[in-house]
Amino acid sequence: MSLLAVDALDLFYGDAQALDGVSLAVDEGAVVAIVGANGAGKSSLIRAIAGIEPAARGRVAFKGQDITGWPSHRVCNLGIGQVAEGRQIFPTLSVRENLEMGAVISRARAGAAATMRRVFEIFPRLAERQRQAAGTLSGGEQQMVAIGRCLMGRPELIMFDEPSLGLAPTVVQEVFRVIRRLNDEGITIILVEQNVAVSLKLADRAYVLENGRIVLAGTGEELLNDDRVRQAYLGL
Amino acid sequence: MLNLWLGGANPRGRALLAGMLAVLAAAPFFVDSYIVSVLILVFYFAYLGQAWNIMMGFAGQLSLGHALYFGLGAYTGAALYVKFGLSPWLSMPVAIVIAMAVGAAIGALGFRFRIGGVYFALLTIAFAEFTRILFDHFTWVGGSSGLFLPVASRQGNDLWMLRGAPIMFYYVWLVLTVGLLILCRALLASRLGYYWLAIREDEPAAQALGIDTFRYKMIAVMLSAGLTAVAGVLNAFYFNVLFPEPTFSINRSIELILGAIIGGVGTLMGPIIGAFILTPLGESLTLIIEQIPTGVQKLDGLKQVFYGLCVVLIVLFQRAGVWPWLARKLRLGADGGKGGA
Repeated sequence: MSLLAVDALDLFYGDAQALDGVSLAVDEGAVVAIVGANGAGKSSLIRAIAGIEPAARGRVAFKGQDITGWPSHRVCNLGIGQVAEGRQIFPTLSVRENLEMGAVISRARAGAAATMRRVFEIFPRLAERQRQAAGTLSGGEQQMVAIGRCLMGRPELIMFDEPSLGLAPTVVQEVFRVIRRLNDEGITIILVEQNVAVSLKLADRAYVLENGRIVLAGTGEELLNDDRVRQAYLGL
Repeated sequence: MLNLWLGGANPRGRALLAGMLAVLAAAPFFVDSYIVSVLILVFYFAYLGQAWNIMMGFAGQLSLGHALYFGLGAYTGAALYVKFGLSPWLSMPVAIVIAMAVGAAIGALGFRFRIGGVYFALLTIAFAEFTRILFDHFTWVGGSSGLFLPVASRQGNDLWMLRGAPIMFYYVWLVLTVGLLILCRALLASRLGYYWLAIREDEPAAQALGIDTFRYKMIAVMLSAGLTAVAGVLNAFYFNVLFPEPTFSINRSIELILGAIIGGVGTLMGPIIGAFILTPLGESLTLIIEQIPTGVQKLDGLKQVFYGLCVVLIVLFQRAGVWPWLARKLRLGADGGKGGA
């Protein structure tokens, strides 16, 4: 049984259809990449799974439990975390306060102190800057805050939306190293990326989304060697 | 309790606050009735600014129609007294419930349909405006010809029925204003205050972290509405006259948030400081105009122009408000935890 199963999901913004019969399965412990052009529906898919956008049709199940139509705070409390596009940190709050905000859900509240130690161990830089206002950090550090804050909620599944967006190449490498490390520690990952080559290399399984539809699925390696993917996304 | 209320300030701040309170508690014995009436107005604006601040300053939801909750409170208190002889203290819970219900309806409409920011503010204005028109035609409470509370001369002050001298109202307002300050401080220090802070800073992020943003925005609106209604009841018993036009007007909605904006939105002391700055200046202006010989009575709106200028100055030079700047200058430490300067 998959950890997360999405079945024939439709999502509309007014009359515009963002997702059209999207189905995918995420196995426990896997890294699943979702690639596609701008506007293909990648972020919409994450938002629909997270319960932020209500799906018109279809079904989302987590650990076999139907969570379709659940509000986002309940979905979050099941252990589905997300690191949203553009990081969305709280700029005027300190790094530490940002992290504390990540542990407001009931599943995370009790162990918050221990989780924070773990976050500081993964991101020593954040420990050094914990009193600093998060808005004053560099882009890469802000991404670390965003990831750390997500970890504070003790997720079993993390959905990353464009984690490399707008970051310097060395920082991008660091972010992907962290994602791999989190996966090694047992967290299941959904990775939405424009950086197709890197995310396919990292992925156990990958889906290509075009105009709200899944047009291709396979292991990361299969897609890396697929002519259509190479032409459309890797420019080869 | 005292500790809770003073907890955020450093010793200097505590001393200053305690001193200010002592002066205010003793003031009616030393100043004339005019000053007392101005101070009542100061408390009125401080209290209402603070109540509005819960919604805007703490939870980040802009309301430009708070006259609605104020008016509902005023009319509920007055009508229950005039028609059934009910004490304002007994009608207050009724007024609170009514205002909360209306606030919940507006909040639910706005938040469910994701009407945010300016559009939500327009929604609040619309509700206040059509309630004003509704009360213009609501003959049971006098319609547009007004509702009057009987004023009988009696011996001494009747605190239970709120019939008496301004000095009694002075102390009631003082207690309410201080009480609301304590409540707000406790709210900010609570988990609720934390959720509000997240919503105010970045609502999508708050939602992504698993905060039930709908619920906590609703709580903010309802709390703010209920507390505003309390001021309405008290004000009705102080002035003894109610007309739909001034009670529900947009002028009142704007007026009651000016103090908070000048003093500092989102801070605990901001609405209070703002009221202490604006009201006496506005009243002195009125006095000065009255001194000017005939023909200039047309300068009626001068106070509003002055308020407008104050807002422009604040927006240009000290957007966070007077209080954060003042607190820094006086080295008063943090202003009440998370909502601080």
